[in-house]
Amino acid sequence: MRRVVVTGIGLVTPLGCGREVVWERLLAGQSGVGLIEHFETEDLACRVAGLVPRKDGRGGGRTSEAGVFDPDTVMSPRDQRRVDDFILYGIAAADEAIADSGWVPQSEEDKHRAGVMIGSGIGGLETTYDASILLHEKGPRRLSPFVIPGMLINLVSGQVSIKHGLKGPNHAVVTACSTGAHAIGDAARLVERGDADVMVAGGAEATVCRLGVASFIACKALSTGFNDTPERASRPYDKDRDGFVMGEGAGVVVLEEYEHAKARGATIYAEVKGYGLSGDAYHITAPAEDGDGGFRSMSAALRDAGLTPADIDYVNAHGTSTPKGDEIELRAVERLFGDAAGDVVMSSTKSAIGHLLGAAGAVEAIFSILAMRDGICPPTLNLDNPSVETAINLAPRTAVKRPVRAVLSNSFGFGGTNASVVFVAAE
Amino acid sequence: MSDVLERVTKIVIEHLDVEAEKVTDKASFIDDLGADSLDNVELVMAFEEEFDIEIPDDAAEHIQTVGDAVKFISEKVG
Repeated sequence: MRRVVVTGIGLVTPLGCGREVVWERLLAGQSGVGLIEHFETEDLACRVAGLVPRKDGRGGGRTSEAGVFDPDTVMSPRDQRRVDDFILYGIAAADEAIADSGWVPQSEEDKHRAGVMIGSGIGGLETTYDASILLHEKGPRRLSPFVIPGMLINLVSGQVSIKHGLKGPNHAVVTACSTGAHAIGDAARLVERGDADVMVAGGAEATVCRLGVASFIACKALSTGFNDTPERASRPYDKDRDGFVMGEGAGVVVLEEYEHAKARGATIYAEVKGYGLSGDAYHITAPAEDGDGGFRSMSAALRDAGLTPADIDYVNAHGTSTPKGDEIELRAVERLFGDAAGDVVMSSTKSAIGHLLGAAGAVEAIFSILAMRDGICPPTLNLDNPSVETAINLAPRTAVKRPVRAVLSNSFGFGGTNASVVFVAAE
Repeated sequence: MSDVLERVTKIVIEHLDVEAEKVTDKASFIDDLGADSLDNVELVMAFEEEFDIEIPDDAAEHIQTVGDAVKFISEKVG
């Protein structure tokens, strides 16, 4: 069996851009959640989000800090206008991951053996929204030919393949909030099966626009009680949690066949050891009360990895800060871990960056890998008063230092789609 | 005419991200200025918007160079 390892990492998040900047801020307990200021929110019940700090001032005006997103490094100003932000974020994260891996395809054969699988939960919502208004107000002749290629979900994979000359499998996952995890798991299988030697995989999202926020409010999913204290809004497991906080950004990894990576002396972050998938077959937005879908996806990932719960030292929870979902997942993890529940640390990094939807699974897989690399589990911010008792250490407010041998990252999405990925330290 | 030329040149520079000196009368959008078929569609739309005219699809097909555009638009806006 071919083994799959992670050799490159790229991050665009509300805590900034770039692997180490984001990781340091996450461990220090900083929050990337703030007030939405780039569109009218007066009539919206939720006015907070995790926004990528950008050079144009969007995202809290943190323009002089390290890790500010500069779209000019991704493409020319002319081309930027022709793509939705999720595509910009996805390309930026892929650029970083590919550079980080140190891998440059030399021959035509190298290019044929390298592919891309970067998905998105929703895709170009803001582009679609703007085009709809234009169509309504000015008619069809005013629509740009770049509306469709600017909003299609698979155009992150397309753009990355064009920019880096990657001619292998070109694919894009769309499974709501499980997208990033599914992309990494599915891409790893392509490498395992021999369809490619290198896969650039992950997720990207940018839906913090009026249509996105208003629509999530309509399904009663968002936090509405912390508009005056945005950094306190995302509070998984806390008794005062009242919904999730939207986030934006991208997470991308370079997955590589182990011998391929070893032969070129690549730095190996971790091995993709297990991948599990399941469906709830229950409800379009709510998770099944018994948490069985999550339980089965975690079990499948462990079985695929050949590990037991006692081998897992850190779980990056889906933990979105919704009243129902957090406890359902927590109970499923308790059920799975049994007596080992007291030895595992589980945190929700959505407490710091919000819910990146289709990018969440990829960003959180990366956090899990870095937890293993550095022997430290990122905290669950704002966990002041847990709503239920548990034997599991939820890393309230402060990072937990401990040796981490193996990690499990969970992602669950609307439609009842669940994915779990297990990584182990590279030998 | 010179006013049209000036405004067309400005649009071409902006949309195709090219240097001003390349935007000559004979410059072909696709062969000389790096446009693809989608860029051409967008350029024609920008001309329509700027000069408040309609450029039918069959006419647009014949606008291949900066000079073609200036000529067509000048006749339209008379």
